[in-house]
Amino acid sequence: MQIVAYSCHYCAYAAADLAGVLRLSYPAAIRIVEVPCTGRLDVLEVLHAFEHGADGVMVAGCLEGDCHFQAGNLNARRRVARVKELITAVGLEPERIEMFNLSSAMGRQFADYAVKMTQQTASLGPSPLRAASGRVSRTGAGGDGLGTRREGSGDVGPSTQKTPAAHQERQR
Amino acid sequence: MIVAEQKPLDEIKGLIAEAEKVLVLGCGTCVTVCFAGGEKEAGILATSLRMASKIDGQPKDVTHTTVQRQCEWEYLDAVADQIREADIVVSVGCGIGVQAVVERFPEVWVVPGLNTSFMGLPTEQGVWEERCAACGSCILGLTGGICPIARCAKQLLNGPCGGSQNGVCEISKELPCAWQLIYDRLKSQNRLHLITQIQPPKDWSKSRDGGPRRITREDLRLAAEASE
Ligand code: SF4
Ligand code: SF4
Repeated sequence: MQIVAYSCHYCAYAAADLAGVLRLSYPAAIRIVEVPCTGRLDVLEVLHAFEHGADGVMVAGCLEGDCHFQAGNLNARRRVARVKELITAVGLEPERIEMFNLSSAMGRQFADYAVKMTQQTASLGPSPLRAASGRVSRTGAGGDGLGTRREGSGDVGPSTQKTPAAHQERQR
Repeated sequence: MIVAEQKPLDEIKGLIAEAEKVLVLGCGTCVTVCFAGGEKEAGILATSLRMASKIDGQPKDVTHTTVQRQCEWEYLDAVADQIREADIVVSVGCGIGVQAVVERFPEVWVVPGLNTSFMGLPTEQGVWEERCAACGSCILGLTGGICPIARCAKQLLNGPCGGSQNGVCEISKELPCAWQLIYDRLKSQNRLHLITQIQPPKDWSKSRDGGPRRITREDLRLAAEASE
């Protein structure tokens, strides 16, 4: 089982660190991807994580009201809701992605949330995309879904200055 | 801008059911800024279709690309190879974009991924409202810059009607009465005399009632001998 945990630099990532310092174990299925803020969470990137075999995704940001960038975690919550809609349409269970809020001092909570997400995901069984993963052409898939950013993946929308030729260049 | 929204994934899956190699073609203009068919949305749709087809047991080869403007052939030519290589093109441009691809590549099978909704503007982040119905003879100069053709449910030229209640249109409590807005605007500008002028019936032949429209500017056309 693989669960990608998009973790905010200012809270969840530090909390995961703290969990380690406190010698608290959490499931090995959790693969942490540090993000500068959960507001950085990109719907397409999360879809790519699922496409390439993630059984579950947890998004862990600061407590509501405590976002280092004011509202990143609130934006992330709405994007998680959107991903739930998108993966449901695709044929995956919406429970495969959840949002959690915690502070950097909450190492134990991080471990608890990781356990909760692992159990929830395990109850759904492996992702049907995992079994099939790797057989289909990955052309055009863009990033690897694990936090890397493909040039031109349109995070800020395509540049309106782009000429068709220049655009072609970026597509290659 | 032209405002559109994506069709339900199931409908798009139905449209591409018989194809193997699918190109999702985005547009970098109106549908990018209304978050319906730009680079990001084309990527999301292509990824969703790849995942759905894999789960359904018939994996399709779905790629995506985006051009600056789908409604101009020159921009489409830049991706001609990708268009021709696909079994089917799912255009996530507006209806004009879809037809531009069809006209430029008549041999290619093109289907729409969006429902083109209206011409409007974002009134807040994530909310778009209709503002113009392209009636062909604009009367905003008489109405304080508020369009009764696009915003009044009855397209009245001499409003408001009796259904206007406390500033709200009778068709919905959510909808402000366009003619109340017009009255308020003209009043605040001390130009209420405009609303007392009776407007004659509108020449709808300039609108869609006159059939499909066409504009020709001789000064802009390429000279016949040059284009031959
Ligand atoms: S009057 Fe006609 S052209 Fe002017 S904004 Fe309204 S619909 Fe558009
Ligand atoms: S209430 Fe106002 S907006 Fe509604 S139909 Fe009547 S005049 Fe038009």
